[in-house]
Amino acid sequence: MISNLAWIFFSTLLINNFTLAMFLGLCPFFGVTSKVDTGWRLGVANTFVLVIVSVSAWALNTYVLTNAPYLRTIAFIVVIASMVQIVEMIIKKSLPTLFRELGIYLPLITTNCAILGLALFQTTRKYSLLEGIFFAFGAGLGLTLALSLMASIRERMDLADVPVVAKRMGLVMVIASCLSMAFMGFAGMGSG
Amino acid sequence: MTAPNLIVTASPHLKDRDTTPRIMWTVAASLVPVVLSSAFFFGISAILVILAAMLGALLTERALAKPGTLQDGSAMITGLLLGLSLPPGIPLWMAALGGVFGIGFGKVIWGGLGQNAFNPALIGRAFLQTAFPVAITTWPTPGGDFFALKGDLFAFPFMHPVSDVVTSATPLGLFKFEQKLTSVVDLVLGTTGGSVGETSALVILICGAYLAWKGYLNWRSPVSILLTVFVASQLLHWFNGKYPDGLFMVFSGGLMLGAVYMATDMVTVPTTNKGRWVFGVCTGLIVVIIRVFGGLPEGVMYAILIMNAFTPFINRATQPVVFGTRTLKEAK
Repeated sequence: MISNLAWIFFSTLLINNFTLAMFLGLCPFFGVTSKVDTGWRLGVANTFVLVIVSVSAWALNTYVLTNAPYLRTIAFIVVIASMVQIVEMIIKKSLPTLFRELGIYLPLITTNCAILGLALFQTTRKYSLLEGIFFAFGAGLGLTLALSLMASIRERMDLADVPVVAKRMGLVMVIASCLSMAFMGFAGMGSG
Repeated sequence: MTAPNLIVTASPHLKDRDTTPRIMWTVAASLVPVVLSSAFFFGISAILVILAAMLGALLTERALAKPGTLQDGSAMITGLLLGLSLPPGIPLWMAALGGVFGIGFGKVIWGGLGQNAFNPALIGRAFLQTAFPVAITTWPTPGGDFFALKGDLFAFPFMHPVSDVVTSATPLGLFKFEQKLTSVVDLVLGTTGGSVGETSALVILICGAYLAWKGYLNWRSPVSILLTVFVASQLLHWFNGKYPDGLFMVFSGGLMLGAVYMATDMVTVPTTNKGRWVFGVCTGLIVVIIRVFGGLPEGVMYAILIMNAFTPFINRATQPVVFGTRTLKEAK
């Protein structure tokens, strides 16, 4: 039980990292990683949302969509978006400090492909509630890791004399490909 | 009127005989024994592979980088190290392509020497590993006639290989897929299958010691990598006998070459001494994890690349305090 949960967590964090191995959530990966601080906060907000998504997707699958699997995608999108909005309102009211920490990112990442990806993966793999939560934590921390690494390298490159062709997004693409190649080292782990 | 005999430069004003080209050429010279030993074990094939990788690297540097950077020797080191990390039977065009990719996408596009976050030689190799997974894991048997080719060296792109090659698994592959251990004496001397430069651990250690004595190589990262790999795998071995022992892990595969020549790259590893220890210990742990639990038999390249990615973080965490202050906050 515990080893299964730990395996789900670590394999999602490193081996099947949502961003570096499965290329989900690339918009924040490229868009908001110019500073470590913002990258890190977005990662934390994402982890938070992913856990909510995991719980609500599990509830939808178990209690609502048992006889209507064809409604899955649209149900996930609607429920997830409204859940995140409600949670944002609750946090804004009751935990203003946390709300300021997460800031604009909380509503922003609702439309992230990693969010829907997590819900769909969780459904096809038939995870239980607890497994789903560990899956969401692994995915969220993996995303945080990828965002922070990308941001720290981009900060280092701020003063670099980059050729004109690679200015702005070009170099970011190269960094992303290098990071992805580096994390391929974990591929196939646990299969032997 | 003649210009006044003044030289206006920014600090630091310390003068030293060590320049970038001087260090690069010394490192290149220290690799000569490694190249000779691989030529001894793999014959002419080893030399050809190294030359092809160097040619790819040098031509790319010449074509893409700013003029004048070819002379500093850094592209040559990249090509040399890439060649040493490839199997001796790889088609030469692949080796050259690795050099092109390593310099182009590993260095020039980042802004040239000193700006790249990842080791260019390892980026080239990781690219080849992704693009040609079969060619890069075909290990010819060492020994035999000096002029006998060890594989389809002169194959053309997109052609199927024609000749058969006598191959043998590397010690790590043997262990991983057939649970057979190679004797440590063979590993130290280098009479085992493997990449061009990962044959004789002894030669690499001596060359590295020379560089460390010259001060061109910070001994902390190689020592901490080798120690970590030894201790961690020895602990695993005691815990369960099916895991390999520490000495085998330290002397097998590309660990020596990686630890001595790639984890000491001045650009892509942490700048502080404390950071080098952190870098080395983490690299060693990732090597053991990938080798023992991973899907690949060898993980030195990936371990170093992953820690290259963490280097800006390590630099930030181990930043020394400003003289006269006690904490970083106080200095601000």
